[in-house]
Amino acid sequence: MTESTTSPVAEADLLAYVDGQLPSSRNHEVEAWLAARPEEAARIAAYRHQDEELKLFFAPVLDEPVPARLARFSERPSKWRPYAIAASFLVMGLGVGALAGWQLHAMRVPAGGPVGIAKNAAVAHATYSPEVRHPVEVGADQEAHLVAWLSKRLGTTLRVPKLDASGFNLVGGRLLPGDAKPAGGPSPVAQFMYQTQGGRRLTLYVRTEATNNTETAFRYAREGNVGVFYWIDRNVGYALSSADLNREELLAAANTAYKQLNP
Amino acid sequence: MDEAHRIVELIPRLRRYARALVSDRARADDLVQDTLERAWNKFHLWRPGSDLRAWLFTVMHNVHVNQVRASRDHAVLDDEGPEMAVAAVQGASLEIRDLERALAVLPPEQREVLLLIALEDMSYAEVAAMLDIPIGTVMSRLSRAREKLRALMHGTPVTVRLQVVK
Repeated sequence: MTESTTSPVAEADLLAYVDGQLPSSRNHEVEAWLAARPEEAARIAAYRHQDEELKLFFAPVLDEPVPARLARFSERPSKWRPYAIAASFLVMGLGVGALAGWQLHAMRVPAGGPVGIAKNAAVAHATYSPEVRHPVEVGADQEAHLVAWLSKRLGTTLRVPKLDASGFNLVGGRLLPGDAKPAGGPSPVAQFMYQTQGGRRLTLYVRTEATNNTETAFRYAREGNVGVFYWIDRNVGYALSSADLNREELLAAANTAYKQLNP
Repeated sequence: MDEAHRIVELIPRLRRYARALVSDRARADDLVQDTLERAWNKFHLWRPGSDLRAWLFTVMHNVHVNQVRASRDHAVLDDEGPEMAVAAVQGASLEIRDLERALAVLPPEQREVLLLIALEDMSYAEVAAMLDIPIGTVMSRLSRAREKLRALMHGTPVTVRLQVVK
């Protein structure tokens, strides 16, 4: 059995397996795990069957003629015209408090981008922030070298914001693999780690973006217990993550970082 | 492409989701209408270039939550609260073969997550962003919803934190 060499299969794996949201390598592990457990396999099969039944049951609604009281929305009134305003993420339920003090001039995020960066940043944060002995590859004592090295690898001039005023001192940074670019080839990512005297940590995740944004967006996401504020500024995406700070504290740090990156 | 056009194209999807969410046909279309009206009024808040479907579903979620709260016909909005009083009262081996009725028995927040994922094929991350809850919460709601639905559809005892109330 391959189980001894792979991580245990959790309920979350089984759900993601049902929903086709597992990486294919993990798929095989889950299948092997299920093959040895007929009861669990039956449960998972039942879940899949449920989903199919749900789709079948409600599919006819898609073909029903749209009632007139709904169809009238096809007439576009002049006030429908979209224009970007700073409050645009309010309707997404993403927090009124987050706006306070935030000074970005406009909101625009390419679809698909931010979710990716927030998730990747949170995963990287969760991976490296608990490290006691090796939290970074290059320490803050070699900051000039660190910045030059990561700038070279990312192909853009990086700046490291100073968050000392918020009580966070730079620990150092590391190079991480990013998603493969559509054109092929790796796209390295930089992670800078900060820490308070009390040991609370936050990381700044920096990657280059394919799009050249002229407007900056700013959003909040949560992955598990890691909170992330992220934004894209021209061709660079930033994500500030922490599991130790509440949203307001993280916002304050993000605000400070943003101001320094855009003096 | 014209956004009004795209919204109209999404109406059947909104109707399907609403029908599954509130089951009653007229109430479902009321929900869609309220959603479209709100989207209409708030359209300046939509970020051009972002996912219009996700935005509309978020608007519908907000409208629905407000309606549920206002009508109080489903008291359980917090999934840490005592749950499944319905099944408990009727007995743990409750058999509901009617999918629509089984769905209606689920707590609203579990039904919503299940439908967004199973019916709308959204990713856990999308649902988490849409409902503004952690992914872990999305998955625990999904897990409970699936297990409860399985028990209801197949008449097997509900094992998920179900206590029979005497």
